[in-house]
Amino acid sequence: MSNTSFFAILIGGLLVNNFVLSQFLGICPFLGVSKKLNSAVGMSVAVIFVMLMATAATHPIYTYLLVPNDLAYLQTIVFILIIAALVQLVEIVLRRFIPPLYNALGIYLPLITTNCAVLGVTILNIDSGYNFVQSLVNALGAGLGFLLAMVMFAGVRERLESAEIPESLKGLPITLVAASVVSVSFLGFQGLFGL
Amino acid sequence: MNPILLAVLLLGGLGLIAGLILAIASILMAVPKDEKAEALCELLPGVNCGACGYSGCAGYADAMANHGAKVGLCSPGGEAVAKATGELLGVSGDVERLTALVRCGGCEEFTARKLEYHGLESCRAATQFYGGNWLCNYGCLGYGDCVSACEYGAITVENGLARVDASLCRGCTKCVSACPKKLIVMAGSATRGVVRCSNHDKGPKTHAACKVGCIGCGKCVKVCEHDAVQVVNCLANIDPEKCIGCGKCAEACPKHCITMFGSAT
Repeated sequence: MSNTSFFAILIGGLLVNNFVLSQFLGICPFLGVSKKLNSAVGMSVAVIFVMLMATAATHPIYTYLLVPNDLAYLQTIVFILIIAALVQLVEIVLRRFIPPLYNALGIYLPLITTNCAVLGVTILNIDSGYNFVQSLVNALGAGLGFLLAMVMFAGVRERLESAEIPESLKGLPITLVAASVVSVSFLGFQGLFGL
Repeated sequence: MNPILLAVLLLGGLGLIAGLILAIASILMAVPKDEKAEALCELLPGVNCGACGYSGCAGYADAMANHGAKVGLCSPGGEAVAKATGELLGVSGDVERLTALVRCGGCEEFTARKLEYHGLESCRAATQFYGGNWLCNYGCLGYGDCVSACEYGAITVENGLARVDASLCRGCTKCVSACPKKLIVMAGSATRGVVRCSNHDKGPKTHAACKVGCIGCGKCVKVCEHDAVQVVNCLANIDPEKCIGCGKCAEACPKHCITMFGSAT
């Protein structure tokens, strides 16, 4: 797997192994923040950003700190620690230097701390045996895949708002049904590039 | 080295380093605090209810200090907070007091039942059963979901119709969201004419359902000299900004569903 081309990794993260729709990671923000297109895009951009940062931070720590000391089993808890600290740091930096972006991302940035898609991408990078650059590409692909899923689903939900839905299915039930249909459509990408 | 000790040290060390970096970063990159917003935030009640439409008391204070938000949007704080914040900002703290208003006049003697509902004593439950027991599908059901939502005892149900005691209402808007028929609106103290009906059915149907329902005849529109009344979807609506409270529409209304508050001054 370590020789997979960057393009294949990118497409793999974006479509074939789409984090939300194929691997069912990060469902919470997917359902919670996809009501409006604007906030969906904001959340996704924040996720892409944090995924890249988290990968850049966790990959060296795993390779140079955990593996040589035979502590690879600590990866989950160490990664959670790193991601949480990183998101806080990013928040502080953004607030100081780019207030408009800080205001645009708003509540979504701290929310990402507990986003399992971010933890998922860092752990899957290690499990797939990617090197540093491949990991970054995979993180970018996964983030873009998250954006794609969020934007698509926000569109679906905005249509659902005006649709005539039976009383008992209104709200979350119809959202889950719609999410499953969108997810089934992503099954069509399985097997692309032999991923 | 003992692997357990190493694991503890490594994790503890990483946590410590991350904590130190965060601590240093938060000191180095501290955002200069907005004193005005801080002072305003002190004045607000601090319950973070969100009734003002901002993310919380801090958000509202910031909006007042920097983005020109109006004072007096805080309903828990009421007039006292509006005055205090107004003083601090150098604007008038006199604000319109919003009170709840039920847009239905169809109590028991004016409408008729289409079914006998013997279920849960709740408007929300009743409305799911063919829209409730009255012939009018838009009107007050009278099971008092708003009464239980009101924390100040301002709403009572008489003759199957919710009525608001404006002197007790604190403007918290809880009844607005409690009403499944969406009959309750918030009206400012300057509100004069009010159409006490929410029925969007066509005239004959409304006429058959309720004796005081708006049939959308448009007589009120014709007599209004200030262009304040409009009939949209077979229901008259009075624009509180334009209405001066002359009361001509109330006289003209054949169904007597327009009520006037106060008088033109």
